Amino acid sequence: MKILELINLVKIYNDSEVKVKAVDGVNLSFAKGEFAAIVGPSGSGKTTLLNLIGGLDAATEGEIVVNGTNIASLSPSKLIDFRLRNIGFVFQAYNLIPVLTAKENVEFIMELQGAKRSLRDERAMELLNAVGLGDRANSRPSKMSGGQQQRVAVARALASKPKFVLADEPTANLDSKSTETLLDIMERLNKEEGITFIFSTHDQRVVKKAHRVITVEDGHVVSDEVK
Amino acid sequence: MIWSVSWRNVWRSKTRSLVIITAITLGVFAGVYTVAFMFGWVNQRVASVINTEMSHIQIHHPEYLETYEIHDLIPNTDEIVTQISLLESVEAVSDRVIANCMVASAETGSGVQLVGVDPEKEMLVTNIHQKVIDGEYFNGVKTNPIVIGEKLAEKLKVKVRSKVVVTITEMDGTLTGGAFRVAGIYRTSNTSYDEMKAFVRADDIRRLVGLDENAGHEIAVLLNENGTEKLIAKEISEMHPNLQVLTWTQLLPEMEMLNENMNLMLYIFVGIILLALGFGIVNTMLMVILERVKELGMLMAVGMNRLRVFTMIVLETVFLSLTGGIIGIVLAVMLTAITGKTGIDLSLWAQGLNSFGYDSVIYPEIGFDSIVGVTILVIITGIISAIYPARKAIKLKPAEAIRIDM
Repeated sequence: MKILELINLVKIYNDSEVKVKAVDGVNLSFAKGEFAAIVGPSGSGKTTLLNLIGGLDAATEGEIVVNGTNIASLSPSKLIDFRLRNIGFVFQAYNLIPVLTAKENVEFIMELQGAKRSLRDERAMELLNAVGLGDRANSRPSKMSGGQQQRVAVARALASKPKFVLADEPTANLDSKSTETLLDIMERLNKEEGITFIFSTHDQRVVKKAHRVITVEDGHVVSDEVK
Repeated sequence: MIWSVSWRNVWRSKTRSLVIITAITLGVFAGVYTVAFMFGWVNQRVASVINTEMSHIQIHHPEYLETYEIHDLIPNTDEIVTQISLLESVEAVSDRVIANCMVASAETGSGVQLVGVDPEKEMLVTNIHQKVIDGEYFNGVKTNPIVIGEKLAEKLKVKVRSKVVVTITEMDGTLTGGAFRVAGIYRTSNTSYDEMKAFVRADDIRRLVGLDENAGHEIAVLLNENGTEKLIAKEISEMHPNLQVLTWTQLLPEMEMLNENMNLMLYIFVGIILLALGFGIVNTMLMVILERVKELGMLMAVGMNRLRVFTMIVLETVFLSLTGGIIGIVLAVMLTAITGKTGIDLSLWAQGLNSFGYDSVIYPEIGFDSIVGVTILVIITGIISAIYPARKAIKLKPAEAIRIDM
């Protein structure tokens, strides 16, 4: 079952007078439960592609269809709401809210969705336990290691019950052990819960774990390999 | 949770927040306490006008206040006093006979307004008897007692029990004189009043100028509470349409203007202080936004809409302003409560202040409505100061903000 389809996607940046084609006619589709990595050298367009999929950037041409909705045609306010309810994000620099505890960070997304307190409380603990941080629920990000913070970020991304999770270089700031732990958790969530993960990465450890590897160069998809 | 996040965000950079909170605290404290001082000052003057000099309402012959002629009389004062005394809001009523005259001592003389009163009635309307600093209020002298102000006593170089001679025009226009003995010397906060007003028994002055027993020039009415004088004056006016019934605010319009404009002055004064502080708050919040570009980008990326981001920044600014504002108000109210009891002694400037009718010991005071008003003003300052930084925040592009290097 397709949950995401990119049709002839183009993104052109008008940097002063020079036009840069960051994404050039990309056609891709993702099914539910995929564990896919978009790889490529720096400047290849993988982050731009991820931003377009996440609705953080507007496509110059083409369609991004998520569960039957072309998000490229949504108004900015509807797009924000769409992101809130359909897409989970994991960022390279964790980007947790420093004044909130791990549990509150996870709950925050659900509160934006309007979930009741009891439901938020229950689900936040469930997700923190799933990423192995149930005992750190009341810790603030500053008291946690990078790996732990990124695991909270994964729990936060899953809090809104998204259609898929976009992870932009999630292991770039982590050591080997933390990377291993994080990838194991995400792989388990993928297998057991059927959660779809799409990574943008050049970390070979992520590539190894991925079930599908899409290679991007100069804005084009040059290979799409399913393991 | 946005409220909680905003509040916690205030304390992310404790030093920076404390600096701006301290600035707001000092500004609001200075504004509120200065105005409390002015409130106390003006209210004391108003209290002095009502309780010492005028009372709430005065009734005269329609032409008396223009001519001050001894012939412009209220003929049946007893009857009117009894009628007015029965009104619900009336505390006390006193009728007076007034004549302009010369008072002379062995040394010198001075022009004064001689006010003939029934001491028992007058004590219920004005508090001159409480202002007596030497001698007694009409006691201690059997025949023709006179109570004069300290300033007049100094001018005439007289003491208690000294004799003074009053020269006055009779009803038929001829000059007459009478000897009075000083029973008491009073001192109010108004030296001009002390110099110009001398009190004698109404019967003594009536006898001297040949007035009928029930005739008088002025009826003073003291009410149970301030603020009802216009209503009662209207009621009395309807009862006695042939007399002029004026409230103290009509008799002293400049005092009414000062009194009514005190709140306006408070808001202008505190408003100017807050306007200056507002620029500091804007600067602080701009720094906050600049430092949190990445976090704000993340919040917008994960689905926090612009209204919520805007609200979060506004709340943060309001909390920052309100914390300083409330501490400033509390400190000002505490100091007002303390100095409201002990008073602020301005004796060094007593001569100047008293010549304008103001006390030299000021008891600051501030009303609850003013405190609420200042609090609202602080909140408004917070909201206005937040608009520009909050607009900056919601204009961020999530994709760019997330990747910015901090």
